Amino acid sequence: MSNAGGSGGGSGRAGESRLRYPSNGKTIYHRPLNRTKTAELSKAAFAYLFAEMVSYAQRRVTGIQELEKRLNLQGHPIGLKLLDLLLFREPPRSQLRPLNIIALLHFIKINVWTHLFGRQADRLEKSSNPETPDEFMIIDNEPLVNAYISVPKEMSQLNCAAFAAGIIEGVCDGAGFPARVTAHTVGDTSGSNGSGGTGGAADGEMWPGRTVFLVKFQPEVLEREALIGAKS
Amino acid sequence: MSYYFAIIGTQDNPLFEYDFGTSKQGGDGMARFTEQARQLNQFIIHSSLDIVEEVQWTNGQMYLKLIDRFFTSYISCFLTASNIKFLLLHQPPTTTSSSSSAGLPPSSSSSALTSSSTSTLVQPSHSSSSSVLPSLSTLTGGSNASTTTLGGATRTSTSIAANPTSPQTEEAIRNFFAEVYENYVKAIMSPFYKTNMEIRSPVFRARVAAAGRKYL
Repeated sequence: MSNAGGSGGGSGRAGESRLRYPSNGKTIYHRPLNRTKTAELSKAAFAYLFAEMVSYAQRRVTGIQELEKRLNLQGHPIGLKLLDLLLFREPPRSQLRPLNIIALLHFIKINVWTHLFGRQADRLEKSSNPETPDEFMIIDNEPLVNAYISVPKEMSQLNCAAFAAGIIEGVCDGAGFPARVTAHTVGDTSGSNGSGGTGGAADGEMWPGRTVFLVKFQPEVLEREALIGAKS
Repeated sequence: MSYYFAIIGTQDNPLFEYDFGTSKQGGDGMARFTEQARQLNQFIIHSSLDIVEEVQWTNGQMYLKLIDRFFTSYISCFLTASNIKFLLLHQPPTTTSSSSSAGLPPSSSSSALTSSSTSTLVQPSHSSSSSVLPSLSTLTGGSNASTTTLGGATRTSTSIAANPTSPQTEEAIRNFFAEVYENYVKAIMSPFYKTNMEIRSPVFRARVAAAGRKYL
């Protein structure tokens, strides 16, 4: 890698001859971008890989916050790329860039979730607290990433769905809606962040792993949203 | 017709650039920009980024069509969901074939100016065009008609080359952008590619060149 980078920096032409192609001559540009519907990945393979990702991140951090931040960072570039890929796969008629928060969150709830987890996210909510109009929630009753993760008692704050939160954050950032996305477990504590109005306790018993992805947009996003709304 | 194509990243940084000429109607696919016009093209593209920002929140389409004009240079834009701008500057050939051998369109007069005065020159024209975008289309429509009357005898079928505002040109550019977009998405699928990295792949360049030959 370092060799190729060095020669490429000098002059583009010289770099070309040094480039190595796959033996069958097929580069990434020769592969189709569309996938057949049935081409799913093995859940076991993902669980294994994800467990390794978590322990890899865990070895390099001191606290839970930092660990979640690392998982978030691992997901971020995936979200950036998914945004373009999934819109490319849309039929041309509905190939629209999301222009407002609702369109963006719907895109995440439906397209991104279906692509990643094979189903839509369970709920989409806006913060009912008037002081935080910039907060939205994507709710997943049983996050796939957490299916085989058991969090030790002393780390009960940790939610490894921070990785999925990173993906959401990547999608938001890429689309021009900079946001902070965090994952919270609400299975045992009903509506601890003062948001979940609709019977968190009963649902919490049914879905102990229920995770809320709290999407907090930057102030400039809401400012723009108000401007666009006023125009149209 | 000469084309200058650039991909601009989210920080208004160039990721890829390529200039080429038309391959239709026996064109040789070579760009006919002078050395000075080549440098001016970058300024023109850069100044039209402001207009992209104005348009991008009013319209969810990726293909934003013709967004800007600077003398004889027309700029079409395609905006991906992750705010990567594809900008294509197209410059129709001079109205009569005799003057095309003699020299360059009005841009040659502007390129004769010093570079400092050029940059000041970019500003007013672009601000005026941004404020009166609807009237711009009527304006170009007028010059368009004169183009066809002047060059009608010699080029009747060169719809793409002679009419930068015609629906055929718009459609051809749409197809060009669609193909580049597909290859761009493939480029970013590389796990080693991060947003706003320059695209250096010779395969990508060849694909863009092929799309240019095919549609423009």
